[in-house]
Amino acid sequence: MANANDRSSNIPDNTPEQHGHAEGQGHDAQGKPPGETPDLRAGVLKYLAGLGGSIILTLASFWAAGTDQVWGPGIPVLLAALAIAQMGVHLVFFLHISSGPENTNNILALAFGVFVVALVVFGSMIIMANLNSHMLPMDKLLQMQR
Amino acid sequence: MSSSVLLGKLDWSAIPLNEPLPLISAAVVVAVIAAILGLVTYKRAWPYFWKEWITSVDHKRVGVMYVVLALVMLLRGFADALMMRSQLAMAAGTAHGYLPPDHYNQIFSAHGTIMIFFVAMTFMVGLMNFVVPLQIGARDVAFPVLNSVSFWLTASGALLLNMSLVIGEFARTGWLVYPPLSELAYSPGVGVDYYLWSLQISGVGTLLSGVNLTTTILKLRAPGMGYSRMPIFTWTALASNLLIIAAFPILTATLGMLLLDRYLGFHFFTNDGGGNAMMYINLIWAWGHPEVYILILPAFGVFSEVIATFSGKALFGYRSMVIATMGICILSFMVWLHHFFTMGAGADVNGFFGIMTMIIAIPTGVKVFNWLFTLYGGTVRFNTPLLWAIGFMITFVIGGMTGVLMAVPPADFVLHNSLFLVAHFHNVVIGGVVFGAFAGYTYWFPKAFGFTLDERLGKASFWCWLIGFYLAFMPLYLLGLMGATRRMQHYPETGWQPMMIVALVGALVIFAGILLTIAQLVVSIRTRDQRRDHSGDPWQGRTLEWSTRSPPPEYNFARLPQIKGLDAWHQAREEGRKTLEAAPYDPAEKLHVPRGSATGFVAAFFSVAMGFALVWHIWWLAIIGLVGIVATGLVHAWRTVHDIEVIPEDTDLARLIGPSPP
Repeated sequence: MANANDRSSNIPDNTPEQHGHAEGQGHDAQGKPPGETPDLRAGVLKYLAGLGGSIILTLASFWAAGTDQVWGPGIPVLLAALAIAQMGVHLVFFLHISSGPENTNNILALAFGVFVVALVVFGSMIIMANLNSHMLPMDKLLQMQR
Repeated sequence: MSSSVLLGKLDWSAIPLNEPLPLISAAVVVAVIAAILGLVTYKRAWPYFWKEWITSVDHKRVGVMYVVLALVMLLRGFADALMMRSQLAMAAGTAHGYLPPDHYNQIFSAHGTIMIFFVAMTFMVGLMNFVVPLQIGARDVAFPVLNSVSFWLTASGALLLNMSLVIGEFARTGWLVYPPLSELAYSPGVGVDYYLWSLQISGVGTLLSGVNLTTTILKLRAPGMGYSRMPIFTWTALASNLLIIAAFPILTATLGMLLLDRYLGFHFFTNDGGGNAMMYINLIWAWGHPEVYILILPAFGVFSEVIATFSGKALFGYRSMVIATMGICILSFMVWLHHFFTMGAGADVNGFFGIMTMIIAIPTGVKVFNWLFTLYGGTVRFNTPLLWAIGFMITFVIGGMTGVLMAVPPADFVLHNSLFLVAHFHNVVIGGVVFGAFAGYTYWFPKAFGFTLDERLGKASFWCWLIGFYLAFMPLYLLGLMGATRRMQHYPETGWQPMMIVALVGALVIFAGILLTIAQLVVSIRTRDQRRDHSGDPWQGRTLEWSTRSPPPEYNFARLPQIKGLDAWHQAREEGRKTLEAAPYDPAEKLHVPRGSATGFVAAFFSVAMGFALVWHIWWLAIIGLVGIVATGLVHAWRTVHDIEVIPEDTDLARLIGPSPP
């Protein structure tokens, strides 16, 4: 079905009169998936660059987890930074998120996603820290059990 | 339990030969399935079912199959409910009823799991699947084959869960399998594994369906349908599917961590090895609270459409309705801690989440007033869908107020885990989601099948549900205030028994409502020739789905409509045209519909095999299942024929007058 393949790059919200499959279902007309480079070679190179980037970041994480070259308490922060960089590589090289004008929906979706992830991650951290702060220290707990 | 290479942990002890109750019910289920399969074979209907339903990727067919699955699972879930209510009506004082605690625990766990995941969820996804493309003037969803895969994965999860009835056991841990009880140390059986794999498989289906419908709404709206011209049901479907995309990965990850704990000896949620069971409860509700809005938002959309149609008026406050919907969409992610106020957080954290919970009642209140003002001054027709909507408004407001009451942390400390809570969430889920599902079912049935449902039996069913609901759950509020806890198999306090019996009577009245729904379907099918809907618009609807014939052609719209305002179909009828305006089109352009595909069914077959194998540790079968799923996807990716050309019928072309081709 033409609709299914028609990922026209127009944005429906501001220009409803000319959006999407109105152009006679023509996925050949402007049916390039958003962000895809027209040239196959460049496309493959982009994927390879992404693959290389994510491999390097993965290896760096394994290195960071076991190294003594970094100040100990800094290691979790370093791991978090590498993880976020990994997500960035995936978004840019594999999911083709860019700041181009045809990307409004993607950017909005990304913003919503980041918002939800931030809520869950920081919410969980606050909740768990609050719970832990109300726990008796283990030695006191053992004393009470005695 | 011993383990073999060939059958893993599976042996004859898995079949409950010494427990008559599950064995009899299992025998009945197997007999019914065998009778249906036999009838299909006898009528030689297999080619028809295979071609028109099982391999269909038409969003309307997939939507109908979702609703059928939900109705069948409603029967299973309701059987569990009747067993629980009758057990509690008996088991007072020294009496212990007829269900041993071990079995009772499985029943309430299965009841919750089935009703939320395979009734409420499935029903709502089915309605959205059927209605959304029609409402936005699209020919199908964005990814039709993926849609079929989503449905069949949901069905796989449902099948796997029901297999636990016969082979092995189900979880005894409650519907959200809290650790440490659900960890291997305390639940060594296969029950929790059945739960986890069933939800992981159907969860993939739900997530894919969410991606599919969101893309459809964002990308495939008819020319001219800007966001401010989108029907309100489509808006609520958009909000609901955005929540699915954002929330379901949390569920998958959380259940995945529990699986790692159980299968590979990890310590995410155990008490030793640095794990923390409270993290599970925190994460599962970070999914669980958006989940209740995933269920209720489409129901709000159904009521908005139904109330506007049967009042003969445009919906009051369209913009405030949209803002309220999207506001709920965001706020639903900020209240999850209210499910575990009693877990030990301090006053500041509990206070914050309590206030957020009260705030989320505001957009919901806006919606209630909008519906009231839509009814006010309208020419109201009291058809069955509107009765469900009015029953909902009264019931849901009561449920909402008990919810706001429990949003106050000190009150929650008293009411947590009591029957008051059970009454509250049934109050909003039955009064909201189930009533919405039945309103939508009655409202869109003529669109799906071309004939209306019997009004008399439909109204009788509604009254049974409404009265039955109040009889069944109002006593539970009182019992909860008296101190009755949830998930108890018997109670020493004989003073509670009269109200438990009233609750059982209420459940039986609801059962009568379910039987009347079945009777309504049978009677309506038998008298379908007298109740044909030739116009395509039996209710004087307002949105695009009523502009097509009933049932709609496979391609929905012979030409894509040009949308020039909200409620375009109502506009066309008011102007006496009864036709929509077509968007400019290329006369050389051929009309294509997606080709049917067995991908979903085959992938589901392998998923069931894999899930079953993982539950029983039959590793070779799990590998075959996984390889089969991947291979099915690859075969689909290399298909050569994507869609087939159809010639639109003249009657469908006549429904759209258009600009002459350029």
